[in-house]
Amino acid sequence: MPIIARTGNEAMSEAMRQINPDVVAAYPITPATEVVMLFAKFVADGLVDTEFVAVESEHSAMSACVGASAAGARVMTGTSSQGLQLMSEILPIASALRLPIVLCEVNRALSGPINIHCDHSDTMAVRDFAWIQIFSENAQEAYDNILQCMKIAEDKRVLLPAMATTDGFIISHCMEKIETLEDAEVKKYVGEYKGVNTVLDLKNPVTLGSLDLQDYYFEHKMPIVEAMRNAKSVIEEVGKEFGKLYGREYGLIEGYKLDDAEVAIVALGSTCGTTKAVVDELREKGQKVGLLKIRVFRPFPAEEIAAALANLKVAVILDRSDSYNNQGGPLFTEVRSALYDAAKKPLITNYIYGLGGREISLDDLRSIFAEQQEVAKAGKAKEVIKYFGVRE
Amino acid sequence: MKKNMGWKELMHGDAVQAGTAKEFKTGDWRSEKPVFHPEKCINCLFCWVNCPDCAVLLDENKKVVGFDYNLCKGCGICAHECPVKEPKAITMEAERR
Ligand code: SF4
Ligand code: SF4
Repeated sequence: MPIIARTGNEAMSEAMRQINPDVVAAYPITPATEVVMLFAKFVADGLVDTEFVAVESEHSAMSACVGASAAGARVMTGTSSQGLQLMSEILPIASALRLPIVLCEVNRALSGPINIHCDHSDTMAVRDFAWIQIFSENAQEAYDNILQCMKIAEDKRVLLPAMATTDGFIISHCMEKIETLEDAEVKKYVGEYKGVNTVLDLKNPVTLGSLDLQDYYFEHKMPIVEAMRNAKSVIEEVGKEFGKLYGREYGLIEGYKLDDAEVAIVALGSTCGTTKAVVDELREKGQKVGLLKIRVFRPFPAEEIAAALANLKVAVILDRSDSYNNQGGPLFTEVRSALYDAAKKPLITNYIYGLGGREISLDDLRSIFAEQQEVAKAGKAKEVIKYFGVRE
Repeated sequence: MKKNMGWKELMHGDAVQAGTAKEFKTGDWRSEKPVFHPEKCINCLFCWVNCPDCAVLLDENKKVVGFDYNLCKGCGICAHECPVKEPKAITMEAERR
């Protein structure tokens, strides 16, 4: 298998090239621009068979994606931040029509104030639109996640749109060594796609997107609930199979030195990589610390998280966005809810950090572990929701 | 289409079989209605082609015979497109109910 140096954006566009979708409709936005810019070059160079639709906005991009996917095409796109927000009118339509569109999302803070750097507020803002959401720790995972998203989204038990995310600049623009698959291998892996109830199927004519009022709207939401339930096991299955085929196995969550840990960080995205380095260092010194990486945010792996955290004294939930609800960030509220029914549960603290791309350093994580080890000793948290690294 | 289906009986996605509009009387909120004057009609079928609701009725010889008022929404496109000189073969009149 080829080992190459790629940024997160290059890794995602490479995966797109190898998938060779029928249609890509996209509009550029920092820091996701390169994903579709590089892909447009593949189209111009004749390396893919894709119909590339250069639209005038992200609203049009997602609209074109929905149209193409409803016609039976395999469809992909990419965006970030404000772009994802501009798509947001159409995102829930994609899931309601059960269209397995795959989106390369690069996490970036929402305006305002205007900012181009990483936080998770954009992805979190669309978390209830019935899209599968998978976070990547590095460029390798970005590549692997895009391939797996295609497989998960198109699985007959799921048929929902999916987004794989990287962290803006931290992953999207950082060059790393990644292992890719051969083109032919990817072709075999994703296989042929055949849509269900597509509008261009003349033998089986259907109407999509009709008016649906008090009598049927609710019924039409239930298959989505069911598909999201199914998605959990499908994601696990696909992750295991990926491991068997290519040696890199994936699950819904990933525990790192968690088994005998007393204090652990729970996080999403690139911060997990930084945390692993600090965990290794503190383990060297004999401290019982660990990490729980949440790879899949939608569907939310509540039972798995509750089980993974059961034996800890303290779980520190890191949120790179806030819900502004006085109840902590989105990851925190969902983890807390996941723990409600647990017989055994740790003390939990929420650190809201890194908004607008503010760096989270090794030292920051050392200090968080140190603080929370004190909490573990005291058996009681002083402050449940903390805004970390902000000046007063 | 069966009424009051449960969610497990629905087609995939939000799809419904094509042609279900036939089952609904969607013409009951018209404020104006088209009236056909057969003596003026040259049978060009412009009205039939342009009607967005397939409400222009033809006989077996493909001649216009009138309108399906269960479907006609009174948009007036047929009257507008009718190429005959005024007064046209289709005129719009106030709907009285
Ligand atoms: S008024 Fe409109 S809906 Fe009615 S027959 Fe004419 S074109 Fe069709
Ligand atoms: S458009 Fe006027 S003339 Fe032509 S078929 Fe219709 S009613 Fe007759």
